[in-house]
Amino acid sequence: MSPDAAGHGQAPGAGAGHAAYPPLQVTSPTFVGMPKFPKAARAELANAQQRRNLRHATHTIRDKRAQVVAEVDDWEALRVKGADAKDEALTHLADYLERLEERLTANGAVVHWARDAAEANRIVVDIVRSKEVQEVVKVKSMVTQEIELNEALEAAGVSAWETDLAELIVQLGHDRPSHILVPAIHRNRKEIRDIFLREMGQVGRPAPDDLTDDPARLAEAARLHLREKFMRARVAISGANFAVADSGTLVVVESEGNGRMCLTLPETLISVVGIEKVLPTWDDLSAMLQLLPRSSTGERMNPYTTMWTGVHEGDGPQEVHVVLLDNGRSHVLADRLGRQALRCIRCSACLNVCPVYERTGGHAYGSVYPGPIGAVLNPQLRGTASDIDRSLPYASSLCGACFDACPVRINIPELLVELRGKAVEESGPTPESAAMKAAAWVLSDPRRLATAQKAATIAGRLTRGRTIRSVPGLGAWTNARDLPSPPTETFRQWWVREHRNEDS
Amino acid sequence: MSPAADRRDGVRVALFATCFNDTMWPGTPKATVRLLERLGCHVEFPLQQTCCGQMLTNTGYAAEAVPLVRRFVDVFGGYDHVVAPSGSCVGSVREQHAMIARDDDALGRRVAEVAPRVLELSEFLVDVLGVTDVGAYFPHRVTYHPTCHSLRMIRVGDRPLQLLRAVRGIDLVELVGAEECCGFGGTFAMKNPDVSIAMGSDKARNVLDTGAEVLVAGDNSCLAHIGGMLGRQRSGVRTMHLAEILASTEEHPA
Repeated sequence: MSPDAAGHGQAPGAGAGHAAYPPLQVTSPTFVGMPKFPKAARAELANAQQRRNLRHATHTIRDKRAQVVAEVDDWEALRVKGADAKDEALTHLADYLERLEERLTANGAVVHWARDAAEANRIVVDIVRSKEVQEVVKVKSMVTQEIELNEALEAAGVSAWETDLAELIVQLGHDRPSHILVPAIHRNRKEIRDIFLREMGQVGRPAPDDLTDDPARLAEAARLHLREKFMRARVAISGANFAVADSGTLVVVESEGNGRMCLTLPETLISVVGIEKVLPTWDDLSAMLQLLPRSSTGERMNPYTTMWTGVHEGDGPQEVHVVLLDNGRSHVLADRLGRQALRCIRCSACLNVCPVYERTGGHAYGSVYPGPIGAVLNPQLRGTASDIDRSLPYASSLCGACFDACPVRINIPELLVELRGKAVEESGPTPESAAMKAAAWVLSDPRRLATAQKAATIAGRLTRGRTIRSVPGLGAWTNARDLPSPPTETFRQWWVREHRNEDS
Repeated sequence: MSPAADRRDGVRVALFATCFNDTMWPGTPKATVRLLERLGCHVEFPLQQTCCGQMLTNTGYAAEAVPLVRRFVDVFGGYDHVVAPSGSCVGSVREQHAMIARDDDALGRRVAEVAPRVLELSEFLVDVLGVTDVGAYFPHRVTYHPTCHSLRMIRVGDRPLQLLRAVRGIDLVELVGAEECCGFGGTFAMKNPDVSIAMGSDKARNVLDTGAEVLVAGDNSCLAHIGGMLGRQRSGVRTMHLAEILASTEEHPA
């Protein structure tokens, strides 16, 4: 079987073209060749239905989060504890990873190390092939999205079934995830009903003909559709929210129970885990399990928390593989300031409070990691070779809402500014850098500033308080905003006039 | 007469006007001077001052901002109190100057000394002068937009609202979604104009929904953006800096 290309390169939100979709081929379009953020954002902003869906969803979850965070006695202390645990792990990462490997191996798991996506995919595909299966079930996992494991499996003739409800919606819709936690946040109920009716029958149990957009009916259709896949699957693939070094325990936190099914029913379990997921001790989990659900779904505790430590005879998967993945993380770790981004526990609180994300949605970020954390993480993980990655550090008004919401205190605005500096350094001389250097030259000397201000006051005398509606070259401003007319006298000139006889 | 005026005689204050106010919005630093003098302060405007460097820093040109930081500590180093009518420029000084100076220990030490003494206007009034009723009079319907850097960078909290509530004649109405960014974001407005405008149009709609005649904030940059949109819509809503409302009196109305 060959990977399906029908969906590749589609514009975000574009549908069509799945009528002849062969079963077992559900690849989503990739993010390769994304335009820079402002251009991608423009297209997303025009999608009225998506704007409405996103506004409703982000505000609902934002309010829920605020409520459950406010009821914790000392949220700030908890944030500090979470950040400290992550920093400890990251500062001695090699030691904790070796400890994790040792404990996992002692408990009967097989540990694999993967430098990059290609290596990780090859390891997983080889294991799956050795089991001679045509399909695997999947727990929702960001890291397998990051490495495009589903696509690699499909290329190897294996269908990878997403079992998280929102991931299922994305997969059936031949769509891309647009949010870390709720990847189908850009879809509303009616759109989901249409996707289920159209697509479920292509790849398994069809949705009932009389399906409505009632959430309970939609969930029931998904449950029945997925049930046969759970019962049949012999191999499951997951990520992990946390990996405890001192016990060799992997942890998955979820809401629907699909994860529990995948993590317990199949004979073989393969978990792909980013190396930054390691926590030093079991105790560190206590802070994390308080921080994550409240920040993520706005719940005090999530419904399902599954922890497994290697293999237990007669209980759960009898073959447990753990693929520890770097894929750019050690590069991020090498950066003194940038490494704090590796604290991220993928809660998506920063997305939900972000005024930019709320309007553009996740697709414009060109990565499975959208929003503020994506704007810092993608250029760090992937480098700045592409248009989209170079533009991401600027995809923020630096309003700071993300830093306030982050449960592990990642100072995203500070990182964005830092990454902008790197982007400027890498791009060499540009018209912008010339303008900025000129501005710096003017602003570094009061006499030069006064001269430049004189030019402004001359313009002010010409316009005399009239509203300026258009200025050639300033379209980015004046297309939607009037420009204030400059004053005829600056403050500095006024002050000197008023205080002529003084010496300041 | 301000109830606090007699207690404040002689507090020496250096005004950091900010380059943007100095050039484009001189009414704001003038109002700041009037207000502070009315409250009994001795206001100085060191003429050697220029700019905090925020635009350069936030666009990725921190190296170009180093001379501006050096100038800033030279000009304002001798003052116990430096006051600026801008949350975002104060944020740049207090939260970013140390980062800009990180490769120069001597400069870093001077920044550590000077930066904490730089206060946004409402911080200075409430925390240093200890006043909330500044004797202002402004008989209009007003709504307040807390700018992001004043709110989340320097944490002015409800100080501006405390000051506004004490203004006589004011009809202060709450702005829905007040704490959400207006979409200005410095060069963000030019680099991501479509997103900036999408954010601004939501903010402008919320402002219009209040029925206010005047939108007030502590940063003229954000006001130029929101006001620019309100103006384009011919909405009839004025924008004013907090300093101008606080400086307004019955004898000298704004």
